[in-house]
Amino acid sequence: MVATGKPQYKIIGTRPRRPDGVDKVTGRAQYGADIKLEGLLYGAVLRSPHAHALIKSIDTSKAEALDGVHAVITNADLVGSGQTVQPATAEALEPGKASPRWAAESILAGPKVLYHGHAVAAVAADDVHIAQDALELIDVEYEILPHVVDVQDAMLDGAPILHPQLRTGVRAAGVDTRSDIETNLASHMRLESGDIEKGFAAADLTIEREFTSSQFHQGYIEPQNATAFWSHDGRINIWTSTQGSFMARDATADVLGVPVAQVKVIPMEIGGGFGGKIPIYLEPMAAVLSKKSSRPVKMWMDREAVFQATGPTASSYSKVKIGVTNDGTITAAECLFAMGAGGYPGSPVGAGVMCALAPYKIDNQVIDGLDVVLNTPKTSAYRAPGAPATEYAVESVMDEIAEQLDMDPIDLRLVNVAEEGVKNSSGTPWPKIGAKDVLEAMKSHPHYLSEIQGEDVGRGIAIGFWFNGGMESSSSARVNKDGSIALILGSVDIGGSRASISMQLAETLGVTYEQIAPQVTDTDSVGYTAVTGGSRTTFAGGWVVYELGQMIKAEMISRASKIWDISGDEITYSDEGTVVGPDDAEGNKRAFSFNELASKLQATGGLIAVSASSSHTTQGAAYGGHIVDLKVDRDTGKTEILRYTAIQDVGTAIHPDYVEGQIQGGIAQGVGMALNEEYYYDSDGHLMNGSFLDYRVPVANDLPMLDVEMVEVPNPGHPFGVRGVGEVPIVPPQPTIRNAIYDAIGVRFYHTPMSPRRVLDELL
Amino acid sequence: MQAVNYARATDVDDAIRLLSEGGENARVLAGGTDLIVQARERKRKVDLLVDVKHVEEFMVLEFDSSTGLKVGAATPLYQVYGDNNVKINYPALVDASTVIGGKAIQGRASLGGNLGNSSPAGDSLAAMIVLGGVATIAGPNGRREVPVGEFCTGPGQNVLESGELIVYISFPPVGDGEGAAWERFIPRNEMDIAVASAGAWVKIEDGSVTDARIALGAVAATPLVASDAAEALIGRPLTDETISSAGDAASAIARPITDMRGSIKQRKHLAKILTERTIRTAVERIR
Repeated sequence: MVATGKPQYKIIGTRPRRPDGVDKVTGRAQYGADIKLEGLLYGAVLRSPHAHALIKSIDTSKAEALDGVHAVITNADLVGSGQTVQPATAEALEPGKASPRWAAESILAGPKVLYHGHAVAAVAADDVHIAQDALELIDVEYEILPHVVDVQDAMLDGAPILHPQLRTGVRAAGVDTRSDIETNLASHMRLESGDIEKGFAAADLTIEREFTSSQFHQGYIEPQNATAFWSHDGRINIWTSTQGSFMARDATADVLGVPVAQVKVIPMEIGGGFGGKIPIYLEPMAAVLSKKSSRPVKMWMDREAVFQATGPTASSYSKVKIGVTNDGTITAAECLFAMGAGGYPGSPVGAGVMCALAPYKIDNQVIDGLDVVLNTPKTSAYRAPGAPATEYAVESVMDEIAEQLDMDPIDLRLVNVAEEGVKNSSGTPWPKIGAKDVLEAMKSHPHYLSEIQGEDVGRGIAIGFWFNGGMESSSSARVNKDGSIALILGSVDIGGSRASISMQLAETLGVTYEQIAPQVTDTDSVGYTAVTGGSRTTFAGGWVVYELGQMIKAEMISRASKIWDISGDEITYSDEGTVVGPDDAEGNKRAFSFNELASKLQATGGLIAVSASSSHTTQGAAYGGHIVDLKVDRDTGKTEILRYTAIQDVGTAIHPDYVEGQIQGGIAQGVGMALNEEYYYDSDGHLMNGSFLDYRVPVANDLPMLDVEMVEVPNPGHPFGVRGVGEVPIVPPQPTIRNAIYDAIGVRFYHTPMSPRRVLDELL
Repeated sequence: MQAVNYARATDVDDAIRLLSEGGENARVLAGGTDLIVQARERKRKVDLLVDVKHVEEFMVLEFDSSTGLKVGAATPLYQVYGDNNVKINYPALVDASTVIGGKAIQGRASLGGNLGNSSPAGDSLAAMIVLGGVATIAGPNGRREVPVGEFCTGPGQNVLESGELIVYISFPPVGDGEGAAWERFIPRNEMDIAVASAGAWVKIEDGSVTDARIALGAVAATPLVASDAAEALIGRPLTDETISSAGDAASAIARPITDMRGSIKQRKHLAKILTERTIRTAVERIR
């Protein structure tokens, strides 16, 4: 581990056992599928067999008449359940405006189905088999419409239009969509600085390339699920697998049109999310089925539904032009990124645009981003949303520039690397960042210095960037009489945050990790906390418990001041968790250990209970650099990863095992995107590979040991220097592997995944 | 999946009776690794499961160097590939049966089930074809024998008539100068379905190929017996050139489709590559 300027910590940097570990490996942990309630009904969802169709009519009467069926709902029931949004109108939306109906229609289709698998109706019955039988009794009359699933096709004149009321008024980036015509372009954004023409004029070499990428799914193990009970007094309890219980609560209240305080979300343990469990899907359906049946209703998706109807990431089209002088200095960059949002607006193109050129200092740049609707599932966040596609394009062009300039690809990047004070694409100067530290660590890494040998073996490198998130987090803590501390967390624990946040509280207070008992709680029992996502949880959760720690320290000092009858100003709280006062009149030392003083709390005013909420914007951006050696089988087109090294600025590694795990997990997903994963549609727009058999995530023996080297450049905007770590590592794998395949077989690829089929297409 | 009736056959005749009476939605249950999944996903309607695992004849695994190998239709794969006689004499069966699903699946799945499911991508099918496998089928009209290569008639379709089921699959004894191998191509390294597969069996006497069988999987609506590819080898010395011409012949008869698992171009190419690879492995295995 490379570390610069990191203080000596006692707990931070150690690798204690996670508090939820034993429950998870023994099967005791409670997931959504484990919920059992008195009178529980089971739900099932009817999904569209078409990619794009008008719903002419839905007849649910036969399903309702089936023995054992208690409720059947469609979009009309959802909207009728207290919804405050305006009814459907044919009026055009103002450019850039979202329709308030979309949130509900995304849950249960309105007048149209917009993708294969779009939910159309839902049933609650005594058991899931009856519910599924009932689905077959629902008659839906469709009028099939032309569809479009490709992002470039969706932008063409005459493309099938998803939302006739959608208007944008984009006149830029080679598109001309007047604000009075129908379009699939939902929005346009542009970042611009310097003088792009002057920049390119100063270049000795300019390379422009186009790239595309397929849709990739997050591939979490646990499918979406939700159980809801809408009680007679109007209170709605929802047990669900979500990345953000407050977000799920607010979104459900919005769709149902009920006051937020009426909804309580109880987050269950979560079996993976990667951004895909930020949106709600089943929650409002289960709630309305419960309201109609007066019984609790449990729903879950099968794997096919997960692939068909929960957010994959966007497919993308990119055009990147970069100009350099002969010494490698970038003089200008011009980029266009279009991303497929799925059935409703909201692709991650905005984040992708802001990340695209983030590793570099580029004075003259223009970046355009286009959000495009098309007949695929509504995309949702997926680990560094938008960044893998845009940075893949940029890092691929950088590799071609390095080759043409005959420069080492790391040297080319070092010439241009962004540092503290350099302005990013949004015009904001970077705070302290570790991009250069990462590149230097790559260059001196034994992997990069090693010889590569063998036929059709190649090496590639690329770097990647992600902002990381700040946002609100809340926690509360209670000091018990024995010094143990109950820590209540608003953040759902996906990747070990119970441990990483407890460690930061222990470090703050100078107590042991083991005496802190963390617990994730429901939305009524802790302050608002944003999603576990954006690589923000250890950062923001750490900030909050640091603040809690300061409150506890102050209270401990105040209690000691009472006991010793001296001013609190004379008392200090040591790093070891000892409360120390000046010697008494007889010269005896005055000091309480944390646990000693805890035993005196009840006699001095009661046990300590503190709560804090905070929102810090000082999250540290982070960079990672990857190196791969691989071999391509020219006969089959299959790529084998031989050696993989990731070097990343992790700020401060709170729990190094989990940091390494995050980085390895990000690489595994990125390798999947690079080599095999993709949504495959037939000519009718049906998703054909909605299973883990045919949607190929890498299995364990597809990957070698993924070596991780952590570079620690502490974030000055966090009490312990935390930067997010979870998202950066999914960014570099696609260009790293693409650049290595070129080194191996001399073929440049412009699409991911570079599946065996596509490699053979180039070789045959 | 809805609740289904389950019946445990007491002998072969009982299984035939249950299937005949149960009609078209009565299905034979061996390991259930395809059937239960299909039923649960509502891709196949099942009213009655006829479990044959408790009838000895469906569970045999017998080898005799003069008569060959007999594998019950429900004998689980782990027993097949774990058997020493199979390992020594029929390594091509080991090639195929060790890659069907994962370990847990192999504890239940069977060669008979793989054949009865009649997927063109069924991993054991091309291996069984080149080993000369013959399915013994029992039904209301008695027993009959069908070579594995003639068993499948389309994706999920086969020669079984109403009330009929596979009892066992037999393989001829292995003679001197004979070797066989099977290989598939998958994009991952395991837990995957074949984009294409090939099996090869060769007999070499005095430096020349005197007999050969080549079969292909996942490149047509059924597994293919690639007679032209075998003909390209027979009567010739085994050289890079003859192996390549066998590969070309295999590729020429492949009639694949383009789908989410592979393209026509890719599969025709793989038919050649895998044919050549399995011929080489088969030759290496000759004792």
